[in-house]
Amino acid sequence: MSMRYSILRKPIIEGDKSLGQITDDVARTLETGPTRLWWFAFMISFSVLVVGIAAVSYQIKVGIGTWGLNKTVGWAFDITNFVFWVGIGHAGTLISAILFLFRQRWRTSINRSAEAMTVFAVICAGIFPLIHMGRPWLFFWIAPYPNFRGPLWVNFRSPLLWDFFAISTYFTISLVFWYIGLIPDLATLRDRAKSKIKKAVYRITSFGWNGSVRTWHRYETVYILLAALATPLVLSVHSIVSMDFATSVIPGWHTTIFPPYFVAGAIFSGFAMVLTLMIIARKVLNYQEYITLDHIEKMCKVILTTGGIVGLAYATEMFMAWYSVNEYERFAFINRALGPFAWAYWTMVSCNVIIPQLLWIKKLRRSIVVVFLMSIVINIGMWFERFVIIVTSIHRDFLPSSWALYKPTLIEIATLLGSFGLFFTAFLLFARFIPFIAIGEVKGVLSYGRRKNHKPATIQNSEQELEAVEI
Amino acid sequence: MTENKDNELYGLMAEFDTSEELVEASRKTYDAGYRNLDAYTPFPVEELPEVVGFKKPILPRIVLIGALVGMTLGFGMQYFASAIHYPLNIGGRPLNSWPSFIPITFEMTILVAAFAAVLGMFALNGLPQPYHPVFNVPRFKLASRDRFFLCIESVDPKFDLAGTREFLRALQPADVFDVEP
Repeated sequence: MSMRYSILRKPIIEGDKSLGQITDDVARTLETGPTRLWWFAFMISFSVLVVGIAAVSYQIKVGIGTWGLNKTVGWAFDITNFVFWVGIGHAGTLISAILFLFRQRWRTSINRSAEAMTVFAVICAGIFPLIHMGRPWLFFWIAPYPNFRGPLWVNFRSPLLWDFFAISTYFTISLVFWYIGLIPDLATLRDRAKSKIKKAVYRITSFGWNGSVRTWHRYETVYILLAALATPLVLSVHSIVSMDFATSVIPGWHTTIFPPYFVAGAIFSGFAMVLTLMIIARKVLNYQEYITLDHIEKMCKVILTTGGIVGLAYATEMFMAWYSVNEYERFAFINRALGPFAWAYWTMVSCNVIIPQLLWIKKLRRSIVVVFLMSIVINIGMWFERFVIIVTSIHRDFLPSSWALYKPTLIEIATLLGSFGLFFTAFLLFARFIPFIAIGEVKGVLSYGRRKNHKPATIQNSEQELEAVEI
Repeated sequence: MTENKDNELYGLMAEFDTSEELVEASRKTYDAGYRNLDAYTPFPVEELPEVVGFKKPILPRIVLIGALVGMTLGFGMQYFASAIHYPLNIGGRPLNSWPSFIPITFEMTILVAAFAAVLGMFALNGLPQPYHPVFNVPRFKLASRDRFFLCIESVDPKFDLAGTREFLRALQPADVFDVEP
């Protein structure tokens, strides 16, 4: 189509790069030593991770009595963190699978790092239910396998088991999807590697990839298929997470809107995290021409949409509580907005619904500082959303005599911080040792918005003439 | 006769500057009757598979089989556990409570299908591939960077060293190389 029209779209990648330049730009980060800034960030992340490891070791040794839970509030910080981290992961899969199926070609500059984020976020998420089991060394009891404990099977009717299957499948597929995308880039690195050891490592990890047309064709087919499989998978994962709550009979949890509400929230928070990471990375790694303002603006639009869905879900919950004429349901929501955790509820509403409305203004969507701050605000808001859903629904249950409050202990806070330490440590290592941008995929979109058979000299003129016009 | 010499080489390889030139050259090569040819590119080029006569991949069917196997396994496991091996009567509810088996059945379907896709791709592509003759061409390491290569393999019935080299030269490549086996 773009061949016949003389008016071209804006190129996805700025700076009029050649194919070789892309390889150089991406590989340079891996071939030069780490910068001082990287070491600084790594030291901080790693220190926080060490604090987390200490906290986790302590609570495994002593038991989960070290948490602030009580008889009434049996789920709180830990499950909040779990849902928060799983949600973060969803943006990566959305970018790599759903946007791929919708042919959003701008995704190529960010999909590698977003997928890495998914993998790390799911690792962080998985740690929490593992600790919550109390005896994590027996975690394998949740897997259905022939055993000598009866004939004893796991309860296939329990959403908690569905969760185990959903999260482990999600993690496996995300990892495989990510690695498949990585193979051609590892081959690129192999062909550039100077030292023998590096060459050997890349040779093994790229499986002898040679870029033949047949290989590429099957590779693309498998990529489409994986995207088509990952799309319903990612929607199912947070749906199933929401069923941990929705299939119970607790007012505030027992809601049919939970699955879509959770999925929208997950994408909302995930994109916020992608923005936080990308805005730092494009600056530090000098990828401004790859991760452009247009990319940031597009992600802001996704945030605006999913944020709208989240806002609608909050309103629907309130409406349904009133419309149900169920006194427990009504109380749960009045208590949520006006009870002892009202501060958390209103933090959530302001961070997730009110403040993101600023993104309707184009100028703010294109302001790095605003978007960066916004992404952090949304992450805080989405953490509080899970906290509000979990804690406010159970802390005042059917019997006023069993009402209680909840306060996290230092151990719990250290564990949450530790999970951030793990996440950022892993991400920094990723940025250091694995191509941050999918080289092969970016090369594929390079001709987007350019004349066929162009010569670099002429393109600049035509670009200036046509810049203002978009089809 | 060039017969003996033919067998000593894996094939002949031409190097091109752009993907458009490669597509054009591949089309001409295919039209000239060569069938054992392969093109090497740094990124997937859209028209290329058709041009070199690559048929529809069978991968989707492998994935479908994987999905069905995963589905059967997933549901079968839950049915076996809940209705046969470890039946629990909970208030007289049916042992085969299939609606609550759906989430795990779904996850298993996806899991096995995805593995079928990846392992199928590996098998069809012959990965991992510890050795391939194309890497004997020193300039071939640029195939993962910004150069485009077309290789006519010596197993092709039409292959004849001098004639094929002449043919490739006529396509105006940047260069033509012998590929050691």
